[in-house]
Amino acid sequence: MVTLKINNIEAVVPEGTTVLEAARKAGIYIPALCQHPKLTPFGGCRLCLVEIKGMPRPVTSCTTPAAEGMEVATTSPVIERLRRTVLELILSDHPNDCMVCEQAGSCTLQELAYEYGIRENRFEGERRKYARKDGNPFIERDLEKCIMCGRCVKICDEVQGVEAIEFGYRGFDAKICTPFEEDLDCEFCGQCVSVCPTGALTGKLWSKKGRQLGVREVDSTCPYCGTGCMLTYHVKDNEIVRVTSKEDGLNEGLLCVKGRFAYKYVNSPDRLRKPLIKKDGVFVETSWDDALDLIADKLKEVKAEHGPDAIAGLSSARCTNEENYAFQKFIRAAIGTNNVDHCARL
Amino acid sequence: MHNILVKVCMGTGGIAAGGDEVLAAFNKEIAEAGITASVEKKCSTHQVGCRGLCAKDVLVDVIINDRKVTYQHVRPEMVSRIVKEHILENVPVAELVAGDDYHNFHDKQFKVVLSDCGSIDPEDIDAYIAVEGYTSAQKVLGSMSPEETTDLIKRSGLRGRGGAGFPTGTKWEIAGKQVSDRKYIICNADEGDPGAFMDRSVIEGNPHAVIEGMIIGAYAIGAYKGYVYIRAEYPLAVERLRKALDDARRRNFLGKSIMGSGFDFDILVKLGAGAFVCGEETALIASIEGQRGMPRAKPPFPVYQGLWGKPTVINNVETLANVSYIVRKGAEWFASFGTEKSKGTKVFALTGKIKNSGLIEVPMGIPLRQIIYDIGGGIEGDRQFKAVQTGGPSGGCIPADLLDTPVDFESLAKVGSIVGSGGMVVLDETDCMVNIAKFFLEFTRGESCGKCVPCRIGTKRLLEILERITKGEGRPGDIELLENMSVDIKMASLCGLGQTAPNPVLSTIKYFRHEYEAHINDKKCPAGVCRDLLTYMVLPDACKGCGACLRACPAKAITGEKKKPHAIDPSVCIKCGACFDVCKFKAVKKE
Ligand SMILES: Cc1cc2nc3c(=O)[nH]c(=O)nc-3n(C[C@H](O)[C@H](O)[C@H](O)COP(=O)(O)O)c2cc1C
Ligand code: SF4
Ligand code: SF4
Ligand code: SF4
Ligand code: SF4
Ligand code: SF4
Ligand code: FES
Ligand code: FES
Repeated sequence: MVTLKINNIEAVVPEGTTVLEAARKAGIYIPALCQHPKLTPFGGCRLCLVEIKGMPRPVTSCTTPAAEGMEVATTSPVIERLRRTVLELILSDHPNDCMVCEQAGSCTLQELAYEYGIRENRFEGERRKYARKDGNPFIERDLEKCIMCGRCVKICDEVQGVEAIEFGYRGFDAKICTPFEEDLDCEFCGQCVSVCPTGALTGKLWSKKGRQLGVREVDSTCPYCGTGCMLTYHVKDNEIVRVTSKEDGLNEGLLCVKGRFAYKYVNSPDRLRKPLIKKDGVFVETSWDDALDLIADKLKEVKAEHGPDAIAGLSSARCTNEENYAFQKFIRAAIGTNNVDHCARL
Repeated sequence: MHNILVKVCMGTGGIAAGGDEVLAAFNKEIAEAGITASVEKKCSTHQVGCRGLCAKDVLVDVIINDRKVTYQHVRPEMVSRIVKEHILENVPVAELVAGDDYHNFHDKQFKVVLSDCGSIDPEDIDAYIAVEGYTSAQKVLGSMSPEETTDLIKRSGLRGRGGAGFPTGTKWEIAGKQVSDRKYIICNADEGDPGAFMDRSVIEGNPHAVIEGMIIGAYAIGAYKGYVYIRAEYPLAVERLRKALDDARRRNFLGKSIMGSGFDFDILVKLGAGAFVCGEETALIASIEGQRGMPRAKPPFPVYQGLWGKPTVINNVETLANVSYIVRKGAEWFASFGTEKSKGTKVFALTGKIKNSGLIEVPMGIPLRQIIYDIGGGIEGDRQFKAVQTGGPSGGCIPADLLDTPVDFESLAKVGSIVGSGGMVVLDETDCMVNIAKFFLEFTRGESCGKCVPCRIGTKRLLEILERITKGEGRPGDIELLENMSVDIKMASLCGLGQTAPNPVLSTIKYFRHEYEAHINDKKCPAGVCRDLLTYMVLPDACKGCGACLRACPAKAITGEKKKPHAIDPSVCIKCGACFDVCKFKAVKKE
């Protein structure tokens, strides 16, 4: 453990903790755009600059490990001036589209501009413009809003292990690129979307469905597979407008393409809401009791006529472990055959 | 018996001027004249590396019994005369011999790193061995401990020549103390400063000195492997380096148990793709590891966690090239040159509006004035000196009234510039300082890696403001804005590139604020450089009506009858300057 002083408050943290993490633990706020708890430090946004006694220049707290006896000041006139300059510089190369931006209200950049009251900007000049839209089906990549924090690149590499995107070009022209700058073609897990601090990465499905006003959050479990990821449905007028996932679930905020983007089935008109039984060549709605009775009768019939081994059971990866256990028990004990398998056994 | 030696410059400059053909011509003429076969004369020819004054290439030394005569601007067709008159008849060809400026250029220099450059054949390991090459490595590996070696370098006072001037011995000492299964030493030959060619010339001219320095450094810190990170745009240097490494390996100066010492060490060459930022040590390491060349925050410094996370020493080419000379001649010898805190010599690439531009080596502490007037021969065309820019895009400019500033780490820092890696650009009255700042910002804006905000967007905004000013669109408050944002960019940037990129802006404002003011307030460029701010006019009293300007003007902006004063229509003039250049009577004025 190391003991340091942050704004004259003593903090005791395990070795290897960064100054930024130590400050947060002590309840002291330091603005940050590129740091993310899941990712290795980047040190690019420069907002988390602090002064440390004995160091000749301000240092980024997200990259500096806390050390015994360190004395840190998280704010000072110089630090605030630098943060303001950095924010003004970012905003001078930004569409400042908050009115129509998907991210408004949950955008870290917007929040910082609000916090620093940046209405006038000393800087002006050319802005990056990208005419071409990425044609992938799930993720809107509006890179004019990208602040090059690198979080998307890092989560894709360090957490998802896919490395679908990288930094391309240099300096002012630097840009997050897909291979050969073709349309994004990856797992579409949306991890990058979830960590993007701005509206540069959003879900294509989210567009114009609703931001904060009138939107309710409903915590739930993903229905797609037995992993049971925790997710949060954002619901407006009884319709899902977006799916996110909270850090404290067992899946730690990570989802797959189905959980994150494949939620349209919920309101789909094609969705089956009641069992159907085919009568005279036409499907007719019926009750669960009738449907299950029919299935039971048919199974009994087959078993009586051809023996239990004429029946096989195939279950789904979308069922939980418990459901799968019950299913094989049913096939073995109730039907009396070992013909049971599972689609995820491939 | 006459001992005759012909040395032909085959540095990049020499080859570009036709050194290959000159050397071939010598070989042919000498063979035809039958000199080698004659009993009383032994004649050999060989190539040498750059000797600094490339503008006078092809340079050829003819040495007869230790009497050296240097020829300049030698072309193949001159060779037969030199062979006939000088080599056969022992009468140097006076009108081809290099003049006073060649000798002045060299006489005021003091060469350590470059002492064998331009005199030995860089592709011949025996030529290096003949000038006591590899004896330092032998001494260190055979009779000194790593600690003694580090201590020797510490005592010499050698400081890094790559820019920051960090004490080399201290760097080695820290790395030496790290306990690790693997350590590395890297030679930084990225040399990305515009106009700099010190490191290239050293590797082209004497690659073994760099290799020997690396062997000694590796032994001092306990590295088992070294890398030379060199830009791919240096094909000749790469080729000579690779050959030198092969030759050194064959003689067991590299490889297993070097010279029977039990110490194993080898060197790999890694080509860089020509990004300035890859000269920054953490970006360089990322590049060797196969990552994008982007710096990371320090600490941890590479001596603790460098290449592949292992302790790594990164030294500049020139730093390493000093090492074998220090071992051979002693720490005290080295420390006897230079100033209190800056020991030894420094190589500079002297360029710009100077008569003798080229590669020079001078003792630290020499006044700028001596470099410019004694070695450089003064300003081209005898125009007025205005400033000298040192340290390239990371440095600053030094005006005329500070010309007596000694050239060493501390003194240059005090006047707002840096020694840097050794670029030295001389500016005269025809250079616009706003334009100079703009030039360097164009460079840094293009070379910023884009990782951090202040550098990525800040250099772009700095450049845009400078562009506006040079176009006559400067506004009141621009100077203060430039100053304020420069300070912030320097303080907030991640790596040395962004931390120094505003220096050219700050130093030109500091010493030439009036030029900025003239651009912004009067919409004038005092040096007559910024085209948008110029007006061309014919002075009626001086104009003889010869019509030269009228014929030269591509825009047909000039009217006038023969023998009567002409006139320029400013609304048509595209400010190309053709009329100004063509008028023999100085009747066209620009301001
Ligand atoms: C943007 C940037 C570019 C650099 N380029 C070079 C270079 O081309 N060659 C070099 O030796 N050092 C360069 N440096 C300095 C190196 O980072 C490092 O300090 C040096 O190689 C250490 O060697 P030394 O101690 O022998 O000087 C550069 C630094 C920065 C910030
Ligand atoms: S990304 Fe954030 S700051 Fe930018 S337009 Fe959207 S909401 Fe506004
Ligand atoms: S969606 Fe997932 S796989 Fe695709 S780029 Fe984003 S993080 Fe990487
Ligand atoms: S797209 Fe988003 S997460 Fe990725 S670098 Fe840009 S701002 Fe950061
Ligand atoms: S200062 Fe410039 S070159 Fe250095 S990390 Fe930042 S953007 Fe990259
Ligand atoms: S500056 Fe060029 S365009 Fe203008 S008058 Fe002279 S020659 Fe013509
Ligand atoms: S949060 Fe530290 S630099 Fe971005
Ligand atoms: S290359 Fe011949 S003097 Fe430089």
